Amino acid sequence: MTDSDIERAIREHHPALITYITAGDPSLEETKAYVEALDRGGSDLIELGLPFSEPIAEGPTIQAAINRSLAAGTTPRRFFEMVDDLETDAPLLVMTYYNMVLQYGSSGESRDGPDVRPFVERAAEAGLSGIIVPDLPAEESGPLKAACEEFGLDLVFIVAPTTAGERLETIMSQASGFVYVQARLGTTGARADVSGATHESLERLAAYDASADGVPKAVGFGVSEADHAAEIVTAGADGVIVGSALIDLIADADDPAAALEAKARELKGGAEAGLADAPTKQ
Amino acid sequence: MSESETSFGRYGGQYVPEALMPALEELEDAYQRYVLENEDGFLDEFEERMREFGGRPTPLQRADRLSERYGREVYLKREDLVHGGAHKLNNALGQVLLAKYMGKERIIAETGAGQHGTATAMAAAHLEMPCEIYMGRTDVNRQRPNVYRMRMNGAAVNPVDAGSATLKEAINATLRDWATTVETTHYVIGSVVGPHPFPKMVRDFQAVISEEAREQIQAQAGRLPDSVVACAGGGSNTMGAFHAFVPDESVALYAVEAGGSSLDIDEEAGLAPNSATLSTGTDGVLHGAMTKLLQSGDGQIMESHSVSAGLDYAGVGPELSHLVATDRVTPVSVDDETALNAFHRLSRLEGIIPALESSHALGYLEDAAEDLGEVVVVNVSGRGDKDLETVLEETEKRDLEAAPDVEVFER
Repeated sequence: MTDSDIERAIREHHPALITYITAGDPSLEETKAYVEALDRGGSDLIELGLPFSEPIAEGPTIQAAINRSLAAGTTPRRFFEMVDDLETDAPLLVMTYYNMVLQYGSSGESRDGPDVRPFVERAAEAGLSGIIVPDLPAEESGPLKAACEEFGLDLVFIVAPTTAGERLETIMSQASGFVYVQARLGTTGARADVSGATHESLERLAAYDASADGVPKAVGFGVSEADHAAEIVTAGADGVIVGSALIDLIADADDPAAALEAKARELKGGAEAGLADAPTKQ
Repeated sequence: MSESETSFGRYGGQYVPEALMPALEELEDAYQRYVLENEDGFLDEFEERMREFGGRPTPLQRADRLSERYGREVYLKREDLVHGGAHKLNNALGQVLLAKYMGKERIIAETGAGQHGTATAMAAAHLEMPCEIYMGRTDVNRQRPNVYRMRMNGAAVNPVDAGSATLKEAINATLRDWATTVETTHYVIGSVVGPHPFPKMVRDFQAVISEEAREQIQAQAGRLPDSVVACAGGGSNTMGAFHAFVPDESVALYAVEAGGSSLDIDEEAGLAPNSATLSTGTDGVLHGAMTKLLQSGDGQIMESHSVSAGLDYAGVGPELSHLVATDRVTPVSVDDETALNAFHRLSRLEGIIPALESSHALGYLEDAAEDLGEVVVVNVSGRGDKDLETVLEETEKRDLEAAPDVEVFER
């Protein structure tokens, strides 16, 4: 199987920086500028959050961003129109909750309930390369996985600190793009240190990474500083994912675009420094 | 696990973050062993505690004056007499005991009206488990007595300020806690909602309502009822009251939802002035399950409304969605005013002050659009002491036919 846009981006720019911001916070117009800033700063993949009213996987920072975005009138249609106009080197992913995927394009009630296909088709048309759905475990992912394959998108799965044994095997066999390694239990949000669970997770995953075309592993949840990025890459990750720390900049910085670009550069530098310290990885 | 085991037709499933999936597998295993197979005598202990601590069985009482008024035999299943004043203890005690058998060290729960929170706090005190309850700020303010009761039983109460600060937000907050503490903590979900195996397990703990009622009505009326009427928010008393009757095709099952002030929705504002999910909702995924929801066309969840905090929820149990989709259960609705009248009517005619939730089921007797038949069982899911303040306020705003003289309430 040939590499997808996402896998290629991670391999070519290894170790990869993956950034997340909530689309529409504070407006879709500003999101465009922020995405371009992250792209300039060296972000290798960019996740765009499409807001859902019940974000059960998010901590306070991203919850607040989602509330600002919804209050600003962000809808799936306006979101995709914004993505239509984006031009970035970094491939783009959409991160949203399953109900948003289900309801897009559902006109009334079909007998079998809502359908995920229209969302994926529109995402592909907008140039998105992948989808992350935090409330969709492997067990329920059949319909979305099929639609993603049909339209050439990667469906990114999350591996949690509690994921082990048979579950881990199932997820690794279905993974595409990259595996999102959740650094710690709990919700999203910047933390002061790298969780010990991160190292354990990467060790567990190493067992599944024997083949040459193994799916890249990226670590997120709580990562906010360049030295976190370095530590995670040294521990064996192919990428680091940063979200809440960027949302804080959008909320607080005088010039968010400039701050985002500088932060991306700093984080990317951290990841690269971590690679220099990694034992034998690549 | 095959789809048929985790769902009811197209409803149900396990739509939760990966971090929680191993806990659901562990719970599924414990449910199978202890609840379904009575391993280590779990069920024997549960039933004994429900008798001695919980006050089961509850009576099925013929309501003489209501029977006269409606020209049918009206029987009341008196879940208001369960310890704590509502059916909620059936499930809360079952799950807290199960958590103990599973070796969990801590209990968390969400609550809307506070009935599930108080039941969980009582069960946790009874079984010596540390307990934290999440409750929307709006509900904290409108259900004060229950907040005090939870505190008296030693539970921590964590107010939730997000959104409309009601049940939906409380569930979000509890799920976030659970995603952090899942290894040591059991989430005692309060209704037949959430990911598998919760809807089945909670139903099984609540099924005692219909198991008792089915025997009682045959002993007392010499026959099965023509219909069973229960209110439906998340649907735990509903499924509890229906479950044993589902195979009895001659028994009509009516799920009475909160019609609020109107069944129309305001899509622009994201508001549904009702909680009539089964009657007006559409299919989607919320809080771990595919079910009927009050949602916008884009998939954002609406803010629901009911005068009754316990019915104020934009989702509903997936098994009820399935039973409605397969025409076994008929969803109907009763508005705020009809429920308030029913509250006053039962209080005055029968000497029973019902919960505002249960008042919706009772309200349906008054203006039933369907023929309820000669023998009707109504589930009085809880008592109304907790609602007195709300009822006084809401009664003063209205000219209610069944309300006592307002002079009484001069304040």
